[in-house]
Amino acid sequence: MIITCPHCGDRPFDEWVHGEIPVVPDTITDPDERDIDRAYFHNNTEGVVREAWFHLAGCRRWVVITRDTSNGVRSDIARG
Amino acid sequence: MNEFWEAKVKLRWAELADSYDVVVIGGGGHGLSTAYHLALRHGITKVAVIEKSYIGGGNSGRNTTVIRANYGIPEAVRFYQRSLELYENLEAETDRWIMHRVGGNWWLVHTEAGRRTEQARAAVNQAFGAKTDFVEPEVIAREIPGINMNPLGQFPVMGASLHHGGATARHDRVNWALAEGAMRAGVDIVQDVEVTGINTSGGKVVGVETTAGPIATETVVSAVGGHATRMADMVGVRLPIRTHPLQAFVTNHYERKFDPIIASADLGFYVSQTARGEMLGGAHIDPEPSYSRRAGHHFVNSIARNMVALFPFMSGLRVLRQWTGTCDMSPDYTPVMGVTPVNGFLITTGWGTWGFKAIPAGGEAMAQLIATGETPELIAPFALDRFARDRTLADRSSSGTH
Ligand SMILES: Cc1cc2nc3c(=O)[nH]c(=O)nc-3n(C[C@H](O)[C@H](O)[C@H](O)COP(=O)(O)OP(=O)(O)OC[C@H]3O[C@@H](n4cnc5c(N)ncnc54)[C@H](O)[C@@H]3O)c2cc1C
Ligand SMILES: [Zn+2]
Repeated sequence: MIITCPHCGDRPFDEWVHGEIPVVPDTITDPDERDIDRAYFHNNTEGVVREAWFHLAGCRRWVVITRDTSNGVRSDIARG
Repeated sequence: MNEFWEAKVKLRWAELADSYDVVVIGGGGHGLSTAYHLALRHGITKVAVIEKSYIGGGNSGRNTTVIRANYGIPEAVRFYQRSLELYENLEAETDRWIMHRVGGNWWLVHTEAGRRTEQARAAVNQAFGAKTDFVEPEVIAREIPGINMNPLGQFPVMGASLHHGGATARHDRVNWALAEGAMRAGVDIVQDVEVTGINTSGGKVVGVETTAGPIATETVVSAVGGHATRMADMVGVRLPIRTHPLQAFVTNHYERKFDPIIASADLGFYVSQTARGEMLGGAHIDPEPSYSRRAGHHFVNSIARNMVALFPFMSGLRVLRQWTGTCDMSPDYTPVMGVTPVNGFLITTGWGTWGFKAIPAGGEAMAQLIATGETPELIAPFALDRFARDRTLADRSSSGTH
């Protein structure tokens, strides 16, 4: 897998550290329940997701990318 | 298919009826074992197992077949020990040869800290019913064929926890034996049918939608491996599960006998020999969630280097195949089983990279839950509500990737 860094260009996957952006559903309104959901539960989407990736062996910056979890082929930038 | 006929397994595929007492979604080991135990232990036979592809086509036919109970917390040791014992009896019970073989699981350590960790594991195992001893390097050098006691200069073998009951069994045969037993007792198993929806009414399950039409039922068991959250989404239940790919590989056959199952956390691999003589090794878990079953050569490179360092004879072998499964990972590396907030929607998930060994006890417990309406004590700690109750069961280091 190649991840496109807005600062460094196309970079191999093993330069990166994955970080999730937790999405708590709006239907959960109780503050404690929202905390529990953020800590443990996941959308685990099969398809396109927005994620934070840290370019550890590159510019050492966090970037937000979109990735298709159903095929794992290639990621493109959503926002740098 | 050879093995299939050889073992004379008689699989009789069914047509789906309009309604069942229990619908099991997913024909992997856990779904099949649940149906098997429902029928054979509790006489509940109006049961359907619905598999979207072919039985055992998910992780239950893609794993490295290690069966062991040397976990790190009491709840897990007890549960996996029960499963290990059920496996020991499975050939006699099903009258099918599942190639069950006890080789002992040696968990090597290469540091002082590692020695203390494995000594602690052996103590917890002994206390809760699993047979594990800590052994010194002399024993390892004597008992393990072809081992290099000082691999790569920086990983001297400084001891191991030896789990005497550690075993392997042929995964396909386990799936087939359970399927055949369930079918013979009257369970309907269908392949190439996908569950596309779950119908509820007033917070209760009333049926499922499938690619072969609707089915009425009040009890659904979701046993779908890496697709657990997709099923739970259908009834609005949130799960603490993320799906990660796990890769393994097998070499051509090594012409000498190699009995032990070897694991090293520091060297990042484990290896055993299959009944055909191949060396079966793993594993690499992708750090980011994905449903992809693509395999890469990256991990084979790094694992092969460490394997050859520990077992120089392996430099003469070649990687024949590698493959990937998609694992339902729980945050605490412990299964998530039992009831959910939706009445009649039961789950058996969180099997991650470690659930093959759990197939007999997992199915036994799920069947008991359905038959009695009460969660068996053995799996009560694994309930979904443990996360909201802040009772997670962290056991990462002993779950490993096998
Ligand atoms: C490479 C690898 C190595 C492993 N090594 C070990 C090991 O050494 N020891 C160990 O104990 N564990 C190991 N595991 C883990 C083990 O394989 C799994 O935990 C276990 O097989 C899970 O069984 P299951 O029945 O829950 O899921 P699966 O076997 O994945 O079965 C789920 C089934 O559900 C079906 N399904 C999904 N969605 C639907 C739907 N909508 N409708 C109908 N059917 C559906 C799928 O097609 C699939 O057949 C390993 C896993 C992998 C990938
Ligand atoms: Zn960068």
